[in-house]
Amino acid sequence: MKPPPFAYRAPRTLDEALAALAEYGADAKVLAGGQSLIPLLNMRLAAPAVIVDINRIGALDTVFVDATGVRIGALARQRRVERATDAARVQPLIGQALRHIAHPVIRVRGTVVGSLAHADPAAELPVVLAVLGGSVEVASAAGGRRAIPAAEFFAGALEPALRPGELAVGAFFPALGPRAGTAFAETARRHGDYGLAGVAAVVALDDDLRVAAARIGCLGVAATPFVLDLTDVLGHRPPDSCDWSAAAEHAKRAVRPEADIHAGGDYRRHLIGVLTERTLRAAAAAARDGVIDD
Amino acid sequence: MTTKLFGEPIPRREDPRLVTGRGRFLDDLGGRALAAAFVRSPHAHARVVDIDVAGALDVEGLVAVYTWDDLGGRVGEPLPLLIPHPALTHGRTGYPLARDVVRHVGEPVAMVVATDRYLAEDAADRILVGYEPLPPVVGIEAAAAADHLVHEDVPGNAGARLVQEVPGPDGLSAPAAIERAPHRLEFRLAIERSASMPLEGRGVYARWDADDESLRVYSSTQTSTSVRMAIAAKLDLPPAKVEVIAPDVGGGFGVKIVHPWPEEILVPWAARLLGREVKWTEDRREHFTSSAHERGQVHFVRVGFDDEGRILGLDVRFLHDHGAYTPYGIIVPIITSTQLLGPYKVGAYRVEFTSLYTNTVQVTPYRGAGRPQGVFCMERTMDRVAVHLGRDRTLVRAANLIQPGDFPYDQGLTFQDGRPLIYDSGDYPELLRMVKELIGWDDFGKAQTEAAVRGRRLGLGLACYVEGTGVGPYEGGHVEVDSSGRVHVSTGLTSQGQGHQTVFAQIAAAELGVPIEDIRVTTGDTRRFRYAVGTFASRAAVLSGNAIALACRALRDKALRIAADALEADPRDLEIEDGIVRIRGNPAASIPLRTVAVLSNPLRYAFDEEAARATQFAVGGSTDQPPVAEGEQPGLEGTQYYSPVRSTFAAGAHAAIVETDPDTAEVRVLRYAVVHDCGRLINPRIVEGQIHGGVAQGIGGALYERLIYDEHGQLLNASFMDFLMPYATEIPAIETAHLETPSPLNPLGVKGAGEAGVIPVSAVIAAAIEDAEGIRIEEMPISPDDLFRLRERARRAAGESSGAEAGEARPV
Repeated sequence: MKPPPFAYRAPRTLDEALAALAEYGADAKVLAGGQSLIPLLNMRLAAPAVIVDINRIGALDTVFVDATGVRIGALARQRRVERATDAARVQPLIGQALRHIAHPVIRVRGTVVGSLAHADPAAELPVVLAVLGGSVEVASAAGGRRAIPAAEFFAGALEPALRPGELAVGAFFPALGPRAGTAFAETARRHGDYGLAGVAAVVALDDDLRVAAARIGCLGVAATPFVLDLTDVLGHRPPDSCDWSAAAEHAKRAVRPEADIHAGGDYRRHLIGVLTERTLRAAAAAARDGVIDD
Repeated sequence: MTTKLFGEPIPRREDPRLVTGRGRFLDDLGGRALAAAFVRSPHAHARVVDIDVAGALDVEGLVAVYTWDDLGGRVGEPLPLLIPHPALTHGRTGYPLARDVVRHVGEPVAMVVATDRYLAEDAADRILVGYEPLPPVVGIEAAAAADHLVHEDVPGNAGARLVQEVPGPDGLSAPAAIERAPHRLEFRLAIERSASMPLEGRGVYARWDADDESLRVYSSTQTSTSVRMAIAAKLDLPPAKVEVIAPDVGGGFGVKIVHPWPEEILVPWAARLLGREVKWTEDRREHFTSSAHERGQVHFVRVGFDDEGRILGLDVRFLHDHGAYTPYGIIVPIITSTQLLGPYKVGAYRVEFTSLYTNTVQVTPYRGAGRPQGVFCMERTMDRVAVHLGRDRTLVRAANLIQPGDFPYDQGLTFQDGRPLIYDSGDYPELLRMVKELIGWDDFGKAQTEAAVRGRRLGLGLACYVEGTGVGPYEGGHVEVDSSGRVHVSTGLTSQGQGHQTVFAQIAAAELGVPIEDIRVTTGDTRRFRYAVGTFASRAAVLSGNAIALACRALRDKALRIAADALEADPRDLEIEDGIVRIRGNPAASIPLRTVAVLSNPLRYAFDEEAARATQFAVGGSTDQPPVAEGEQPGLEGTQYYSPVRSTFAAGAHAAIVETDPDTAEVRVLRYAVVHDCGRLINPRIVEGQIHGGVAQGIGGALYERLIYDEHGQLLNASFMDFLMPYATEIPAIETAHLETPSPLNPLGVKGAGEAGVIPVSAVIAAAIEDAEGIRIEEMPISPDDLFRLRERARRAAGESSGAEAGEARPV
């Protein structure tokens, strides 16, 4: 369990990093927190010719919060974002999901953008970005910068829509709207494991405190984050009279998860139903509590 | 500092060193040694056609590549079959490097030696092995069907078949007793594969001294003395030229008692051949596919019983999955078949097992060693009987318990040490009473009902076990007091974190009357102690503990004889306290033990002030007697051995309360209670630590861990990401209580404690889930997905025939 030979570059500026990525193209792999890449290297499941280590680029270690949302730089560690109270105020779903990622020692190294760029279908953050309709900002030496919407960024399992030479430099998570609430729940075999299934829910209420919008994002059920709009199923009712179990049933019917060694597809689908109901109820309660607090 | 240390819960003396990173594990040694890596089979079953090493030769830093063709003499022979047994008619072991056929994924095919491990793995990657795949045999059922064979000369894949029978008091055989019993049940019970999985894998580091023609080997092993003998034999060296040292070992749990591993032969062999230090450190993937597993068995139980639930006849047939080879013989299924009876007298008993080869990693003992499977059978049987009769589960158990007046109790079987299975002592009704009290058995029904009202599902389970501990043949202890008063204790068996530095020192301190700070303990180092068996079967405290006690007693007698001479007193009037020999009732007349040590060794030459007291013109005494009296030896030291006539039997009872999530089918252990009897406690804190670790491993085996092979014999979860060893977050606080029934078989009255925690856990958790769910639990481990499917099945069954109770056993 030692990595195969690779060349190592450790740029100190973004321009140097982009130059290195332009030079090596598809032969290069970016190292940020390394919590997925290093095990893959040690098991010789990945054999990039060049590792471009971006850990020395301090300019990427940023978390900007304003009224529009939370903008997270490529080197911001998960633990830092988890503890950022201003980010939690603007978009609580990020922190709710981060707490489910592995253990504190891993979150101290792991980066938010690294998780997104790894695009693991069982991971929490891609689902969060997808259900919120956020985006990933990428840069390259030749093409400058562009923002890729979450719906396009997650092209397949472990397949981000990054072109050779491109670096994911940040991610944007839109702010939670007024009278809205979020919730995140997953079922994992052990504390900190990837979820067998998980659901992130966002519920917004209208002025009369009836459900105006309800969306869920599911992990562990498809090759990419699975987003489902349940607004119509819930039918613009006040939360107290919503048929949450009908929405859960709808979500269950919409997913077709596959089996792996930890759980069968039927069980995963069942979990999506259970977690959809739990998170929708919690998100709606949070939305209403927010209104009452105001 | 008091010297009354036996039985005190003192902190572990080894921990300050280990928890501050000052441990010295195998990979901490040999920083400049060459590194070995192995090319291992990617096929479960294949013929090795050719091996092309040309690509590896370009790797800079490559030192050597070896295949079976390079192994001469005894190194090229099959590895030893360590424990032969007449019933093991078709025992088979592998070669250190595959000779022609590989029989499991991970079997070593070639060894690479390079200047570091990175380069060794680069070179190993470039070696091309041509395989001709053969049909793999995976799973117990496939092995029994024997459509394909693992070893072409082993018909039916059956390595061994063993039957033991004990007729009932009326002379009836078990099948006849079952036939005549008022009630009968039969069912199938299964346990899946798991593994010891110590945090430190295996590892070997060898240094050859060409001038001295001697070998020093460090191995992460549970038996350094036997590894030494094996290496000496394989490499054709005089044993005196081989030393083997077990440094700090990061856990063993059974897997490291197997020896010699291929690497334990090949690394020293290469070190001698190359004249260089060579080291191999097992990585986690290697440990998963190239060491050993355990637990996989399928059992078919038939039981006959009366209206009270008394077992009149018990007939158990089971299939044991032995993996590809049988280096450790059939110890695991023998233990299952004998320890299955636990604390109960059953009328008539018949047990039959068949040990089957499969194209998977070999199976050797893992903590508990067949007992978890046996206890699962017996305790699930007790629960079935109780459900069938509608009686409380503890009443059915109580009706079958061996009573305190029944000891010694002969179960009529032959145990794993070839000796009769005779329980030496215990109080099983008291264990049951204590665990019921600890968990609150009688009040649980109310709590369960109240929880149900709030939509919560709680369940209570309980299991009892008896564990044969401290098997022979022997261990020894050496004790020496030096002229500074330091006491050096050594024993040949090894330590893997059990706390030997503490408990052996407690024994010596109590026996000798010296402060524990003066005592140093050495284990597993053949330079210090050459005759030993090893650390397994909960035997260290029983075997080495008693040997050390006996050595201390002999040394104490000698010290008193010498001190009596010096003090001109009767030895019977002397006592030792805080390292000082004094005349009882006369504190002025005393002599420190360090001075006694000086006097014990009559000298010609003085090397310091103390030694001067023992030189020929300094000592008084008679001049017509030899300086060393007849029958005495110089030095305040001595060795004693302890060899028990047979095992001593520890016992216990566990109970747990679990909660199952009605929606997600997750299982949470809310409370876990253990009542444990290991005879006299040397250190309650260490015994509790052993129990906590054992229960944690048991919960892992019950709810999380399984080794998953596909039909091609590929292990699908060979990493800590997918093999779900529980974290601290999955383990509840464990409540313990002790009962002490001293063993009459050994001087200290102790019984083993190392494995106990793990043994009944699967039975306990299964019973608790069954109680919470009303669904029969017949296979362990159980995952949320398994429970979800059992619920679905029960729902369908209830729909089909609304009359049948889902949890009810099937009468025959």
